[in-house]
Amino acid sequence: MPTRHDSAAPPTEGGAAPARPPVESAAEERRRARLSRRWQRDVRWSPYAFVSPFFLLFVAFGLFPLLYTGWASLHAVELTAPTDMSWVGLRNFTRIFDDEFFWNAARNTLIIGVISTVPQLMMALGIAHILNYKLRASTFYRVVMLAPYATSIAAATLVFVLLFGRDYGMINWGLGLLGFDHIDWQNGEWYSKIAVSTIVIWRWTGYNALIYLAAMQAIPQDLYESAALDGASRWKQFLHVTLPSLRPTILFTVVVSTIGASQLFAEPLLFDANKGASGGSQHQFQTLGLYLYEQGWVNQHLGRASAIAWTMFLILIVVGIVNYVISRRLRASS
Amino acid sequence: MTTTMTKPPADAVPEPPKNGGRRRGPKAARAGGQHHAGPVAYIILIVFTLVSIFPLFWTAVAASRDNARLADTPPPFWFGANLFEKLEVAWSDANLGEAFLNTTIVAGVSSLTIVFLSTIAGFAFAKLRFRGRGALMLIVIGTMMVPPQLQVIPLYMMVAKLDWTDQLQAVILPSLVSAFGVFFMRQYLLQALPDEIIEAARVDGAGSWRVIWHVVFPAARPAMAVLGMLMFVQTWNDFLWPFLVLTQLGNPTVQVAVAGLGRGYTPDQALIMAGALLSTLPLLLVFAIFGKQIVGGIMQGAVKG
Repeated sequence: MPTRHDSAAPPTEGGAAPARPPVESAAEERRRARLSRRWQRDVRWSPYAFVSPFFLLFVAFGLFPLLYTGWASLHAVELTAPTDMSWVGLRNFTRIFDDEFFWNAARNTLIIGVISTVPQLMMALGIAHILNYKLRASTFYRVVMLAPYATSIAAATLVFVLLFGRDYGMINWGLGLLGFDHIDWQNGEWYSKIAVSTIVIWRWTGYNALIYLAAMQAIPQDLYESAALDGASRWKQFLHVTLPSLRPTILFTVVVSTIGASQLFAEPLLFDANKGASGGSQHQFQTLGLYLYEQGWVNQHLGRASAIAWTMFLILIVVGIVNYVISRRLRASS
Repeated sequence: MTTTMTKPPADAVPEPPKNGGRRRGPKAARAGGQHHAGPVAYIILIVFTLVSIFPLFWTAVAASRDNARLADTPPPFWFGANLFEKLEVAWSDANLGEAFLNTTIVAGVSSLTIVFLSTIAGFAFAKLRFRGRGALMLIVIGTMMVPPQLQVIPLYMMVAKLDWTDQLQAVILPSLVSAFGVFFMRQYLLQALPDEIIEAARVDGAGSWRVIWHVVFPAARPAMAVLGMLMFVQTWNDFLWPFLVLTQLGNPTVQVAVAGLGRGYTPDQALIMAGALLSTLPLLLVFAIFGKQIVGGIMQGAVKG
């Protein structure tokens, strides 16, 4: 509980201080009153002084751009002359509905999002469970698992491009040893999506494992003890004690990963062998983030790109609401 | 914050039968779990560790080879002779000296500013009472949900209008706010800073800024260090915005410079790997030194009080 510090200051006016010694001069009285007023002003306004830099910067670089994107999405604007805006109403949005590339990108984003997020979080859960045992050198594992998180997207993607190479890539070489044919990771409709997802999974699994581990360590030990007394096996304990206790954390990571997946940009951009923003020769791994970039910065239609951005935002809000409803249901049913 | 404090002494629970004979070392006791991990757990962990490190290790291997050897089967698994030569070429080709300087400035300025602003705002949210506190905190949390794509177009227009394209302030200014930072510091200060200390300082006649300087900053120092490192890593690795706004190759960040290496039309794979390695090296160094603290910080930020 925070304390109301203003109560520590002496009262300024009124009859609150009848027992004041009469020896004080009028000047001393005024000085005290002034100090006390300044004191109260400080207590009252300094919290706003402390939070205002954040909000000023947020309004300038967060809120204003957000709203301005909405405004720009109602105009035709070109990258070459960003200040020349002509009103087109909702045309940028209606165009999206007939745009096969938009829907292709939306589908790709969804697929890549699912096949990167689901295995990633499940593996993270398993790793966290193992790390929660007594281990030798546990700190070492934790730190090493975070190395991919420290690797930049650019570096990670460029390495994986090489590892996923069709003819000389190490992954195909390994598959060849196991007797499989070479896979065209760049051009395959599904393989390319799997490859892009792999980069995401590699970078984020360890990070999520640490988040789960932190939540697991906060679970009271007596829950496990009473479960053990009831004869629950380790697996049963995991299912009926660990998982339910982790539900808020899992929901949190699902939301964060969903947002991250909807924004996928650098991985598909740099994975493309054709050095373009089309997400592969058949747009097979073009995400919404990449499509937005292609519309805005390659085709130079900033107005259309703004409409794509706002559509993405609306979709995210819907996803967020669905997440919320599902978690409410889950909580109610348990 | 200690999340393991509620746990009973480890001796209170029986050993799992699988490896009941093993002694508890001091290191094992620190891990906090109830049971010892079995051999299967170690195997899984070791495999996962190898998978985590291998791409980084192999980046160095590939950077040390020439392209003919990389286009060979089986691919090389150990270092060749060219590592330093390739690193030098990558360094000069991608203008990495300037890029490192730029990225250090950007990441340094942003992370220091974020830490300072987050600490004072986090302190206000954790320990001071004021009208609208709850609503403002909700807004802070809400801002974490806004995708950056929604902002880049107007930001780009602003920057273009100010004639800031290809200048560092265009990268720095939008990265000075972090809702996560405010949230992180608030969570820390809620627990780490007893109300009595603030009150005592108040009674001694300290104004708000004196309280910040002499009470809050010392108490928050560990969290400030962790947040600073996390934000440094994040801004160092940021790609989308620098990529959009630093379009001329004269003045890129490391990420943009390295991505540029990969986007030539006759890619020199070994060279690209050398650039990728160089771009990641400083952060891996930071991790090697402060890894434990960073892990602690991430785990701390994950548990919401």
